[in-house]
Amino acid sequence: MKTVLKKIATFVITVLLVTLFVFIAFELIPGDAATYRLGINATPESLERLREELGLTRPFFVRYFSWLGDFFFGDMGTSISYGVSVRSMLASKLPITLTLTLMSFVLVVALSIPIGVITSKYEDRPLSKAVDVLGQLTMSIPPFFLGILITYLFGMILHMFTPGGFVSYDVNFIRFMGYLFFPAVAIALPKAAMSTKLLKTSILSERKLDYVRTAYSRGNSTMDVLYKHVLKNALIPVITFLGMTLADIVAGSLVIEQVFSIPGYGRLLISSISNRDYPVVQAIIAIIAMIVIFINLLVDIMYQVLDPRMRGN
Amino acid sequence: MMKKFLFSFKKNPELYIGLIISAFMVLLIVLGVMFSPYDPDAMDASAKFADPSINHIMGCDNFGRDLFTRLSTGGATTLLVAFFTVLIGVTFGIIVGALTGYYGGAVDEIMMRFNDAVLAFPSILLALVFISVFGSGTWKVIVSLGIVFVPSFARIVRGEFKRCKNLDYVRSARLMGASDIRIMFVHILPNTIPVLLSSTVIGFNNAVLAEASMSFLGIGVQPPQSSLGRMLSDAQAFLFSEPSYAVITGVTIALIVLGFSLLGDGLKKNA
Repeated sequence: MKTVLKKIATFVITVLLVTLFVFIAFELIPGDAATYRLGINATPESLERLREELGLTRPFFVRYFSWLGDFFFGDMGTSISYGVSVRSMLASKLPITLTLTLMSFVLVVALSIPIGVITSKYEDRPLSKAVDVLGQLTMSIPPFFLGILITYLFGMILHMFTPGGFVSYDVNFIRFMGYLFFPAVAIALPKAAMSTKLLKTSILSERKLDYVRTAYSRGNSTMDVLYKHVLKNALIPVITFLGMTLADIVAGSLVIEQVFSIPGYGRLLISSISNRDYPVVQAIIAIIAMIVIFINLLVDIMYQVLDPRMRGN
Repeated sequence: MMKKFLFSFKKNPELYIGLIISAFMVLLIVLGVMFSPYDPDAMDASAKFADPSINHIMGCDNFGRDLFTRLSTGGATTLLVAFFTVLIGVTFGIIVGALTGYYGGAVDEIMMRFNDAVLAFPSILLALVFISVFGSGTWKVIVSLGIVFVPSFARIVRGEFKRCKNLDYVRSARLMGASDIRIMFVHILPNTIPVLLSSTVIGFNNAVLAEASMSFLGIGVQPPQSSLGRMLSDAQAFLFSEPSYAVITGVTIALIVLGFSLLGDGLKKNA
């Protein structure tokens, strides 16, 4: 319990540091909200007045904490390009990016654990070696290129989906999920290959340990030893990896959204960077960073629960 | 000789296959940049999407520009960006890692908390923060990615310095009156090279991928300078009519990544 509290404290500090960093980064950009609103022809007096009104003349940390407070209560400012609240822009896109991320993550787990277990069981068979080579190749394909290949093969040749024909979740949920499946595969495959490789190495090194021999000598069957003892221990490093992967998947979806023209956070982020729409950029980056830090916290806590050896320190 | 080579090949095939693929790709890019008779930006309306031939060994793109020439100049851009990114990351990583690992204490604690906070960001997201602050363009991409790469190298170097600072050879150097700077950079640093080398190659690989992704998104290297990511994003528009354009460009990126990732794995095994 004490360690969990310590982890939560670290989590809070990290959130503060990361949001502070994001805040400082966007403070460094020349020009402030007042200059954006009044344009280049504004007089210094009117600029000064607006700054006073917007609270831009307050000390740095006061501004930071008021930004952070507003952010947590859902006030993320107003988009410069569209003039609407950032919150309303982000709220409708959240389910899209979230679904894509979760779907990719489920695919990674669903592919890598069975494949890792089976290939480590038949380690010396040619098929297992072939899976290794295939995995190494998959890992080297950049996700956006994999996305393009999938678009070509499944979209243009096999007509299993219409490239660019994204359907929103509030129009037709089934077709929405169907469209997101292929981008999710593009994100998941390289990660699944890495996770498979890790699980296999982990199982193989775990199998050499003394307790496995003891289990065999007590007359347990191979399947029993593999599933009841080895897998449980071998999964620990894989879970750490999967936690890190979830963070990577969030970042990876930013790029894949561009390949498959999915109107989620990624596309909005890229177009906002190009349009210099900083309130939107700042909000998206802060949200994604917080999601990532939160995932890391969950992984850390899960690690403690799964591995009693970790609880001591 | 042959027997010895075969033996070490069997023990560490990743190292040799990775070395061969990455050397081949680098050589191809250098040859293309140095000896190609074409200007990478010269358009030729009559050669639009020309098929591979003696004149254009990989064919031409939508503006009739020679694809091989463009791939090699684009590849060179990508490799140079990755090189300088890693150079920045390694240099500052060594400085930060050496000081924090060797001295420890409160500064170490603060730096490592900060490091953890930075590492919590997915690298591309962090690079996007810097790009939106600095703006896009080749050097800005290098600086942005370079900063992003510092924490991971700092962490590796710090670990090695922490491990080495109480070993016998460091103690005896200290007894002989060597200064801290000398101990850090003359005595300990050379011993971290095997570990550092493999992580540098892996970092290089990540930098290639990051540059390609950013240029693919249109916020990295800006036209008219060609880059592999940018070319792939151009090629995507012609995916249906001219799939070979996208495939050749993508395979080039994938081969560079494959070569360097195998090389990194092999070096790690050797370290």
